[in-house]
Amino acid sequence: MSGYRLSAPHGAWIDRSRTLQFDFNGAEVRGFAGDTVASALLAQGIVHVGRSFKLHRPRGVFSCGFEEPTGLVDIGAGRYRTPNTRATDIAAADGMTAKPGNAWPSLAVDLAAMNSKFAALTPAGFYYKTFMWPDWHLFEPAIRRMAGLGVAADGPDPDRYDEVSQQVEVLVIGAGAAGLQAALSAAQSGRQVLLLESGAHSGGWLASQSLQGDASATHRLDDLTRQLAAAGVSLRVNCTALGLYDHQLVVALETVDDVTVRERLWKIRAERIILATGAIERPMLFPDNDRPGVMLASAVERYATHFGVACGKRVVISTACDSGYAVAASLQAAGIELAAIVDYREASAEDAPTGAKVFRGSSIVAVSGSRAINRVGVAANRSGNLQTIDADCIASAGGWTPAVNLYSMAGGKLRWVEDASMFVPGLTLKGIESVGACAGAFELELALDHAGATGRGNAAPAPVGGLGIVPARNTPTPIALAMLGRRPGKIFVDLQNDVCVDDIELAARENYRSVEHLKRYTTMGMATDQGKTSNVNALVLMGELTARTPAEVGTTKFRPPVKPVTLNALAAGRTGERYRPLKRMPGHTWHETKGGLFEEFGGWLRPAAYCKNHEEIIPAAEREALHVRTHVGIFEGSPLGKIEIYGPDAAAFLDLMYVGSMSTLAIGQARYGLLLREDGVIFDDGIVARLGEQHFWVNTTSGGVDRVALAFEEWQQCEYINHRVLITPVTSSWGNVTVSGPKAWKLLAAAGFDESLAPTNMKHMTVRELAYGGAKVRVMRASFSGELGYEINLPAPYTQSLLERLGEVGCEFEAKPYGIEALMVLRTEKGFLHLGADTDGTTLPGDVGMDRGIAKKAANFVGRRSLLRPAALDADRMQLVGLLPVDRTSRLPTGAHIVTKQPPAPIDGFVTSSAYSAVLGMPVALAMLKRGFARIGEVITLFHLGRTLRAEVVKTPFFDPKGERLEG
Amino acid sequence: MMQLQCPFCGYRPENEFDCGGTTAIARPPIDCSDEVWGDYLFFRVNPKGLHAERWRHTFGCGQWFNVVRDTVTHEVSAVYRITESRPRALDP
Ligand SMILES: [Zn+2]
Repeated sequence: MSGYRLSAPHGAWIDRSRTLQFDFNGAEVRGFAGDTVASALLAQGIVHVGRSFKLHRPRGVFSCGFEEPTGLVDIGAGRYRTPNTRATDIAAADGMTAKPGNAWPSLAVDLAAMNSKFAALTPAGFYYKTFMWPDWHLFEPAIRRMAGLGVAADGPDPDRYDEVSQQVEVLVIGAGAAGLQAALSAAQSGRQVLLLESGAHSGGWLASQSLQGDASATHRLDDLTRQLAAAGVSLRVNCTALGLYDHQLVVALETVDDVTVRERLWKIRAERIILATGAIERPMLFPDNDRPGVMLASAVERYATHFGVACGKRVVISTACDSGYAVAASLQAAGIELAAIVDYREASAEDAPTGAKVFRGSSIVAVSGSRAINRVGVAANRSGNLQTIDADCIASAGGWTPAVNLYSMAGGKLRWVEDASMFVPGLTLKGIESVGACAGAFELELALDHAGATGRGNAAPAPVGGLGIVPARNTPTPIALAMLGRRPGKIFVDLQNDVCVDDIELAARENYRSVEHLKRYTTMGMATDQGKTSNVNALVLMGELTARTPAEVGTTKFRPPVKPVTLNALAAGRTGERYRPLKRMPGHTWHETKGGLFEEFGGWLRPAAYCKNHEEIIPAAEREALHVRTHVGIFEGSPLGKIEIYGPDAAAFLDLMYVGSMSTLAIGQARYGLLLREDGVIFDDGIVARLGEQHFWVNTTSGGVDRVALAFEEWQQCEYINHRVLITPVTSSWGNVTVSGPKAWKLLAAAGFDESLAPTNMKHMTVRELAYGGAKVRVMRASFSGELGYEINLPAPYTQSLLERLGEVGCEFEAKPYGIEALMVLRTEKGFLHLGADTDGTTLPGDVGMDRGIAKKAANFVGRRSLLRPAALDADRMQLVGLLPVDRTSRLPTGAHIVTKQPPAPIDGFVTSSAYSAVLGMPVALAMLKRGFARIGEVITLFHLGRTLRAEVVKTPFFDPKGERLEG
Repeated sequence: MMQLQCPFCGYRPENEFDCGGTTAIARPPIDCSDEVWGDYLFFRVNPKGLHAERWRHTFGCGQWFNVVRDTVTHEVSAVYRITESRPRALDP
């Protein structure tokens, strides 16, 4: 127990009047409003919060921001559980539950921690090398259990999420000093400005100076904040830019956490983006630098100034950068005891605070205590002189890494700055500028001038500098380490993925030298923190090992998201049924009352069948199909694609679209047609009716209407631009009620339909427009069942009442509804083509016997030329035929392969549709078969899931081959 | 996600559009050779740099139009109607 709460006024971001309490791993943690989970834990002296991913070493809170590699906790329970969140980035809330992310089997007793004793056996690439033979799968479950992080929620997340799009003139990301100044200047020059801040408060580094009593910093921050509000800049806090995409689009995640919304995703398009994302501190590398209590120096400072938390009772500052001295001053001002400053360098530009003990040219070589630090060994780099200091916290200040993630995502290239050992933006991008620490500008006055000019639109190169001299490498010298007289502890580079200095040495030895190989071989930088605190150290080490600069080793491209994001935030409420809403037919309720079993067909909820008490779908469909053949059935076909084509060139245009000719249709006539893609493949079919000289009614498949309408538009707009045609999709405006069966007309007559529709007065494949029940209806005589059939198209709102009426008057004729499955039985009995079932992405019209008349057609049409390609004329093409089982009883499963010898062997074809025909008393099937048309009468062999079946190739239709039933 | 300028509706996000690939590909006559037809059907240029392509404002006005876009930077240097030809200055 080392951390404690400082007394007021330290801790400007917490409200000591509002206490809160939460549960961490069964322990009660008390904090104040404004605390993060991490600050509350640290204030209570809880240092050890989890275990590492691979070696299961104890780990604590390391940082004070979303760069956190180790302080990972699972928040919430059950369906509300969010795994692996950063304790440093989550506001503490009253009543919350937090658990360590990885502590298998527990935080205190950790069997897997024995792993750590065998660490020498598990270097980089260990899993790949060891578990390749004999079978990785033998080891995988145990390894996954040990290496896992948090636990996922156990059900759908009940919280609500939201998404908003926004357009702004200037977007400034990061509300530190430079961001505030840039936003202010942009607003003062008349631009509309949005300023995003990932933390709960603006101010950044300037705020930490101001909070520790620096009067000039306080004045400056107050001044900026006051002017900002006056200039009309809108500031959004708790909002992290996750990614930067093409044409200045930023996606940002706002943590809202109120009763309406938990998180909100912003998609912000800006004319100009000013990045002011600051810098992330780079840690020092020394043995056992992963122990709980080793933290970034800037974090130790912020916990004191912002949250009023001392991270330890005696703090050692390990530094290679002048910023370590400023932290020392801050801690001293907060009354925290400073054990020593251990400076890797021989000299510093900054002075140590009065009374502080400074070890120059020295390194930490040993850290005692495994779950909490108690002593630190310090050795001089040149002489090796070793001393021991009592301390419970090490503040690590190895330099700074400008946060260039967003700049890199925008396509920016990085430049290595030798003095300060950092990567900064190397070239300018259109519409995107960097200011402040993320541009490498650490000198406050210069950075503010530059940010102001950039805000006003006068971009200039950033004033890179202000950190003094920061050595690239900061590991203890061999001499210093040798003084220990024993093997030193492991030096961790990537704390989250347990990648150590010797792993990087191994990678170099085994020639995994490029940054991409280094990353994959060691898993360096591949954890959820994306190596924010570790990448530069790794590149420096690899550079030294291979005699290159870090720039020559190269950087990997940063990728979104900048910090981990919940999947639900990205889904933003588009889950479950809202992911892809299903369409309901206008007569939906009627089918419900009739016991319809709804399933999805092409985006529509439609009755598959109307099952009687526990009846299965297939027997129900067979029963319904037979009933259509013997009596009359009612079917709702509202999803049928409907497009109106108007214009003086409508007929000529449809001739160009369809394989068949539509211009020869008389008014009131209808014709079936095939649509092809330009490569000749069938892509839709349906009936076209002529309603007037310049007016056609086009029916398409239910699933194909959108793409047919778009294809028509594309041909009209881009190729046949002189054709005066209007293409209007009207599918949802019209309901469609289809009545089929020998008693179809009797039913319609009883329902009051005009005598002119009687089969004697109205021919098959004709259409009539007439009034019925106060509505204008279009009745087409057409049939997908082979029975006398009427398709009644009417304004969609009337569909339900027509179904009800037909149902009522139909009692007399035993009219019954039938579903999609029965329709499939009926059309299979008739051998009618079902697009997508009998055809695929290779089927040409000739393959399904629909190329008659093409040669005689005068007009060109889409896909015509492709039907003459050698592949289209190949004699071996598959053709659509009927199949009957030789025994007349075995069903021929859809997908069964037609073979000439025992598989594995090339196939001769496959079954595309299959049904049991109750009216014929036997199963029937359709199949694509090589040279099928010439093989009628042949007996073929089918192979399906190890079974062999024999079938006879036959002509279709199976039922009513002469089509005599169409007249009722 | 890019932002494209529909000649009829103005600037809109990319997800309102569909890309139709290279624009202004002449459709060969029906009596062309198999080779010419095969080229038209299956072969496209894939330039690194300026590319004249056609886009449809699918979730907007539904109109096709042409764009000259840099395939590396996504910078759009011209927007013109489907019936217009590529500005001379941007000839490949
Ligand atoms: Zn438009």
